[in-house]
Amino acid sequence: MKFVDEFRDEALAKGLAAAIAREANPARRYSIMEFCGGHTHAIFRYGVQDLMPENVGFVHGPGCPVCVLPIGRIDNALELAEEHGVILCSYGDMLRVPASKRRSLLKAKAEGADVRMVYSVDDALRIARDNPGREVLFFAIGFETTTPPTAVALRIARAEGLKNFSVFCNHVLTPAALNHLLTAAAVDVDAFIGPSHVSSVIGSRPYEYFTETFRRPVVIAGFEPLDVMQAALMAIRQLNAGHAEVENQYIRVVTREGNLKARAIVDEVFERRESFEWRGLGAVPDSALTIREAYAAFDAEKRFSIVTRSAPDAKSCECAEILRGAKKPVDCKLFGKGCTPDSPVGSCMVSSEGACAAYWTYGRFRREAA
Amino acid sequence: MCLAIPAEIVSVNDAAETAVVALGPVRKEISIALIENAKPGEFVLVHVGYALHKVSPDEAARTIAMMREAGLDAEIAEFGEAAR
Ligand code: SF4
Repeated sequence: MKFVDEFRDEALAKGLAAAIAREANPARRYSIMEFCGGHTHAIFRYGVQDLMPENVGFVHGPGCPVCVLPIGRIDNALELAEEHGVILCSYGDMLRVPASKRRSLLKAKAEGADVRMVYSVDDALRIARDNPGREVLFFAIGFETTTPPTAVALRIARAEGLKNFSVFCNHVLTPAALNHLLTAAAVDVDAFIGPSHVSSVIGSRPYEYFTETFRRPVVIAGFEPLDVMQAALMAIRQLNAGHAEVENQYIRVVTREGNLKARAIVDEVFERRESFEWRGLGAVPDSALTIREAYAAFDAEKRFSIVTRSAPDAKSCECAEILRGAKKPVDCKLFGKGCTPDSPVGSCMVSSEGACAAYWTYGRFRREAA
Repeated sequence: MCLAIPAEIVSVNDAAETAVVALGPVRKEISIALIENAKPGEFVLVHVGYALHKVSPDEAARTIAMMREAGLDAEIAEFGEAAR
């Protein structure tokens, strides 16, 4: 397994760090946003930030689908589970995110609602087949990696004529969030590290628009710490040369066109929503998907006449600023006090890819190791 | 929850668009509806029960080792648990 060593090799990491130190111009700052929670995780776990010179900093972006779903949509899910008596299925982390009044789907479950954690949307289909007398609802969340499986499940449900299955669609689009960060939120970021698995599905092409429009480099990177460091070096080189291009550090998996089969299935089942609210970003145009008319029979929003109301985040919670890259978790008064992974107040403390959870887990780890 | 875990295809059911994959001792049925021409012996990245794309055996080994080292055993365990 020699590659494993190569990708975590200390000498290589030092070499990359030295190259970055050499090439980073001391007269300027480099602010690099990693969009994807997987990168946030790698940066903290391996202390990548500590290997960077003073003037190169990572900013954590909104790249965790559990973190960015606004409270109003979770309130909707709670209402469906509690008042409509459905069997509500979703991915594990989603069940733990606090909604209004610090309620969560897990709490609703403890109080008797039929809420079930599933590993795959196929598990929800199976539950629907096994319970023909009950309404089974899949609370669908996620970026472009999780969307294609939901699309396949909707095709299966239609082909089988499942009468008691529906999807509450909350799938969101990565490029739209980047676009919004650069326009409305106007974040102070010089370059982006692009997500790897998302890009493996949509390809690197969608990022070309940003580099052309906003003149910020995007370097798509794998999840290894050395991948992230190499991507940072590539971004710094582009910035120094005044370039703004999409570069692909992760050619071993990502192509320009992505997974064409997956993209075609997604297109058949979903279309763009005019606007969708993101935690931290507010309403973002064209940033999410909704179920097409051909599959309307399986659309929970239609079946249960769901109307989303905006609901405020918990008092003092800074998730919104953190997701915009405007603040760091330690800037939040509740961090590590009222809010920990065991008892989260905001969404960023729930999933292991959330910035607050990463700070908490590895910040402490680093202090102890020091 | 964005992470995907590499696993080796053991057998393929083309009609059902499913495959059995192995990750260490764990076997599990997944969907191959999102990829083309999956064959036993190939490695795929599995995310929420679906193969997202194929990867080389080296890439698979690298990713699994990285996940173990990064303390992501919970995600790997979840993969096994869902196999039942
Ligand atoms: S520490 Fe908790 S309350 Fe504060 S921003 Fe993070 S998740 Fe929100």
